[in-house]
Amino acid sequence: MALSRLASSSSSGSNLLKPLTSALSFTPSLRRPISSAADDSTTLTIETSVPFTSHRCDVPSRTVETTPNELMTFFRDMALMRRMEIAADSLYKAKLIRGFCHLYDGQEAVAIGMEAAITKKDCIITAYRDHCTFLGRGGTLLQIFSELMGRQGGCSKGKGGSMHFYKKDAGFYGGHGIVGAQVPLGCGLAFGQKYSKDETVTFALYGDGAANQGQLFEALNISALWDLPAILVCENNHYGMGTAEWRAAKSPSYYKRGDYVPGLKVDGMDVFAVKQACKFAKEHALKNGPIILEMDTYRYHGHSMSDPGSTYRTRDEISGVRQERDPIERIRKLIFAHDLATEKELKDIEKELRKEVDEAIAKAKESPMPEPSELFTNIYVKGCGAESFGADRKEVRTVLP
Amino acid sequence: MGLRRFGRLVKWVGGNGRRPFSTSSSSSCDEMMVQQIASGKSLNLYSAINQALHIALETDPRAYVFGEDVSFGGVFRCTTGLADRFGKQRVFNTPLCEQGIVGFGIGLAAMGNRAVAEIQFADYIFPAFDQIVNEAAKFRYRSGNQFNCGGLTIRSPYGAVGHGGHYHSQSPEAFFCHAPGIKVVIPRSPRQAKGLLLSCIRDPNPVVFFEPKWLYRLSVEEVPEHDYMLPLSEAEEFILENWNCGTQIIREGNDITLVGWGAQLSIMEHACKDAEKEGISCELIDLQTLLPWDKDTVEASVRKTGRLLISHEAPVTGGFGAEISASIVERCFLRLEAPVARVCGLDTPFPLVFEPFYMPNKNKILDAIKSTVNY
Repeated sequence: MALSRLASSSSSGSNLLKPLTSALSFTPSLRRPISSAADDSTTLTIETSVPFTSHRCDVPSRTVETTPNELMTFFRDMALMRRMEIAADSLYKAKLIRGFCHLYDGQEAVAIGMEAAITKKDCIITAYRDHCTFLGRGGTLLQIFSELMGRQGGCSKGKGGSMHFYKKDAGFYGGHGIVGAQVPLGCGLAFGQKYSKDETVTFALYGDGAANQGQLFEALNISALWDLPAILVCENNHYGMGTAEWRAAKSPSYYKRGDYVPGLKVDGMDVFAVKQACKFAKEHALKNGPIILEMDTYRYHGHSMSDPGSTYRTRDEISGVRQERDPIERIRKLIFAHDLATEKELKDIEKELRKEVDEAIAKAKESPMPEPSELFTNIYVKGCGAESFGADRKEVRTVLP
Repeated sequence: MGLRRFGRLVKWVGGNGRRPFSTSSSSSCDEMMVQQIASGKSLNLYSAINQALHIALETDPRAYVFGEDVSFGGVFRCTTGLADRFGKQRVFNTPLCEQGIVGFGIGLAAMGNRAVAEIQFADYIFPAFDQIVNEAAKFRYRSGNQFNCGGLTIRSPYGAVGHGGHYHSQSPEAFFCHAPGIKVVIPRSPRQAKGLLLSCIRDPNPVVFFEPKWLYRLSVEEVPEHDYMLPLSEAEEFILENWNCGTQIIREGNDITLVGWGAQLSIMEHACKDAEKEGISCELIDLQTLLPWDKDTVEASVRKTGRLLISHEAPVTGGFGAEISASIVERCFLRLEAPVARVCGLDTPFPLVFEPFYMPNKNKILDAIKSTVNY
């Protein structure tokens, strides 16, 4: 019964997690004829892995232009994210990271592709799986590892931890702990942008689990009613914690669930598809109001560090996705196909990244823990709220300006 | 083999381990739990809850258990084995939708069923706050007793766990104590948890049942295998030495009354022991039910000792300790020999790296005991 339901509820049938048999469909004629070093001005034309599927809107073109430089950057950035998350995994197991920790490996293409299509004036808001989004917005490894280990050098001064990364100067509004709660907030950001008239948009990210929260639909209705430049990005990794999407959602076609709001289904494992979709969505949102992007992606780790990630899905499924859809491997193959680098050169890059990560961790460990007095700061505006006094801080006084 | 494994478990739990709950390997835990249930002796808290849920479903064909990820055992393994035993119609997963979980629970209960809903962490209960406070609590009252959702019990793990951070550590019990029409119950140990949970499930009123997540694996004691219930709204005094035996003999301390609930009891117990070494005789009361709470037991105790200390993890301002303090001052004003002491969480959001500073630990309680007695 389970299987038949899966088949009937997914338009693409039971190959839900392997829609990309034609993984690399660039046209052979566009292969670079000369295997010389990459020339930045060269334009490469490639096709996205699968066509986009749309709901109440046009479909963006599958053909994407890129440069050798961009390809190499994508490879480097995604490989860095992958390495970073694997390092976070070991730090957590070594108990150097406390709190709850949710890893992004497998979903890198979403963060990278989105970032490539927008500017830092556009806002991004996400839930607790936020390490890589922060890195994509220009955060540093040192800030990340310091925050993960609760050090002063962290992006939230060590007060937030894994789930609460923020970067104000790059429009990254964090880092939220409650499933789905960031979406109404993100629509509020778009509301602000509508007033400021600076042609910017907000990307509000949520997972397939959060897609079933009521507040998401409430926010979507208001956004559509007022034509807000809000882009709801459903990072569909197919499991809301330990529950498969089809067990939790009557319709796992999340891009269609806005009903009156247009939507687009995107292969979230293909960075070029993500980039193309985000570019399209930004233009659409500025003209017409909200749009939903469903990124079909996959997380290799469990939901959080306490979830081995293997009780509700098979190991074969995970390794199948790794082999057939991995976003980094896709770029690696493209690089080889265009003779932009040799296997050894890419391995060297990865080695370099590994070193970079290790160095950042070593540096982060040197960052001091926050001062104990920081426990009492930032609850209210200093001098305008309540402050605790006394040796045991038990005495609370209300302070007025 | 079974025994050896069982022995190892006891040793492991009884050791110095404040073991993080998050690193369990589910399969081995399940095995151990099955062993325990078969032996019917010592149980940890999550196994006791599991046993209570088994009994609840067994004894009432109209009882249901549901919530996020419960069908494969839940993140704390409390619902392990239920779906296999009672089927997917009675034990099932819900989407990530707290408001819906409670709302459906109310509806199910209004049709005469027993709905045992799980909110995965008490920190996540707020999307359901409206359903609990406005719908569940007032259903009977506003319909002139035509309707009610008395069969509803909402289980949720609450409290600190050593490294939970902002959104996996909060103690929101006081919010719910402000809603007449629901009951709020918090057990301190496996034996209490089993008896109280069964009482809550069978109580004809909606109940919010908070489980101290720090104690899920840590707290181990002998739990009777049979179906038993412990009365709600009756506080319990107990002998410190018999902490883990579940012996319910009232011991009378003379110098100060300590009131607490849930995980905080074990911290208070250690403080009492240390105070005893310095010649201060403490009376420790486990409130168990916060709403409606057992004023008489606390009052009687304070009349005897003349001093009161309340301790909870939630921030001190507006915490349930304030209500106890006010009520006891009303009733025992002339008998009190010192101001009521509250040793609670600080008035800050629940911190991540600062958790050790935030928590009302043993030393803070011991200091407050001494300064209250020497007032």
